[in-house]
Amino acid sequence: MKTEELEKVGNANMARRSFLRYAGVGAASVGLLATAACHKNYYHDYSPTAGVDIGSGDYGILNYAYALEQLEAAFYTQVILTPYSGISDSERTLLTEIRDHEILHREFFKAALGPNAIKGLTPDFSKIDFSQRSSVLGAAMAFEDLGVQAYDGAGYLISNPDYLTIAGKIVSVEARHAALIRNLIAPGSFAGSDVVDTTNSLNTATEIKNVLAIANTYLKSKVSAKNYGYTA
Amino acid sequence: MNLFNIIEEVEKVDPEVYGRLSDRRSVIKNITSFGTKVAAAALPFAVGTMFQKAYAQSGAKPTVLEILNYALTLEYLESTFYNAGSAKGTALIPAQAASYYFNQVTKDENNHVAFLTTVIKSLGGTPTAVPTFDLTAGNGSGNGPFKDVLTNYQTFLAVAQAFEDTGVRAYKGQAQYLTGESNRVVLTAALSIHAVEARHASAIRQIRGLTPWITSTATLGNDTGIALVNGNYDGEQNVIQGGVDVTTLKGANGGATSVATATAAFDEPLSMSQVLALLVGSFIVH
Repeated sequence: MKTEELEKVGNANMARRSFLRYAGVGAASVGLLATAACHKNYYHDYSPTAGVDIGSGDYGILNYAYALEQLEAAFYTQVILTPYSGISDSERTLLTEIRDHEILHREFFKAALGPNAIKGLTPDFSKIDFSQRSSVLGAAMAFEDLGVQAYDGAGYLISNPDYLTIAGKIVSVEARHAALIRNLIAPGSFAGSDVVDTTNSLNTATEIKNVLAIANTYLKSKVSAKNYGYTA
Repeated sequence: MNLFNIIEEVEKVDPEVYGRLSDRRSVIKNITSFGTKVAAAALPFAVGTMFQKAYAQSGAKPTVLEILNYALTLEYLESTFYNAGSAKGTALIPAQAASYYFNQVTKDENNHVAFLTTVIKSLGGTPTAVPTFDLTAGNGSGNGPFKDVLTNYQTFLAVAQAFEDTGVRAYKGQAQYLTGESNRVVLTAALSIHAVEARHASAIRQIRGLTPWITSTATLGNDTGIALVNGNYDGEQNVIQGGVDVTTLKGANGGATSVATATAAFDEPLSMSQVLALLVGSFIVH
């Protein structure tokens, strides 16, 4: 099952169609990412678990972000569908909001990338026990911290200033999520020394190959980044 | 809405508007062209972008050293603030809040000052001097709107939150000037500080019982309940990302995307001049 199908969407194509109608993909001047010619570096194997490559250039980095957002959205969708034992009202509310942010990030990249977007990915959450708070929050922390490190580590590969700003708009929200999840696990760990170095207080920034090696352990459809030195 | 009226209005305060937008004929042509291609609802954004681009060109792109010294100024403010708060001990900050939150944040901001100072020197620049601060926002009077900032924990928290959320916006606003391989190290460092400021903002918002993310309404960016900092949050109500109104995108279960979700899922940048306008003459003595 592809990540977004987990939401049991009635008409998954609806929003896509209305975006097309709204922004008018024919109007290349409007959609931010719809200006460049469609150059595809991606595999076109649509079997559910086939691997994909993010491609190169700005679209490559945006597809990399799209892949990570797909993973996060699928994860939180499952968390809310099958809440862990003893979840508090407050935790359920916060995790639902995070789910909604991640779904919107995913849908934004999908709409913005249009024909240049990689396909929907199939997650593999077999290592996560969704009935256990510690397992769910541990995975949430891993995803959020990984997301922040990924954006911080790949920002320099984005050449278009507008795209970089958009990545910046998203990464700080991921950092807000990370800080919350960490505090739910251990109060005061929002900027722990495992993610923020103690000398300069910089968040860790991680290269694409190292991020994908971790992300792929949660994906049936493996994501490669051949142009960035990583093949799944 | 009448686009031509808007341009006339702008022309009253900026006679060179047509020059900035290229020549008058192409302005009209552009508008017409936009009008035929964009759904009516998207038009205000299209126009906004046109003006934004025109005006962005009138200011020179800041140099890397200017950006770093701007960041250092913000970090001076934050470190001065937290150091002053920490010096008050439990008279201001409850012991548990200090050990869970403020000791970490204070250390991070001091580290950022030291780090940026080192980076600026390593690039052959001169770290800017520490400005004179007034933590009450009184421009040196010590009697500003936050005059109990170092004696009332709630005021201290409110100012801390405004500083952190504003800091996130300030770093975000400069990233666009740091593209390219030659800026790789500085951009990555700036993004790494940006993320830490966002972690701080989240944590302080948690103490205040707010959502860790900024949840705006359609008309008000500020969700802190403190009208004095409306300006620090103005723009957070934006729901247009990359030309797309993200409230039109599919939400969970195929439903609509609310303004709350749309605004919380994206943090918004502030320009250098916007941030300085918020701080100089209040927190930074002018």
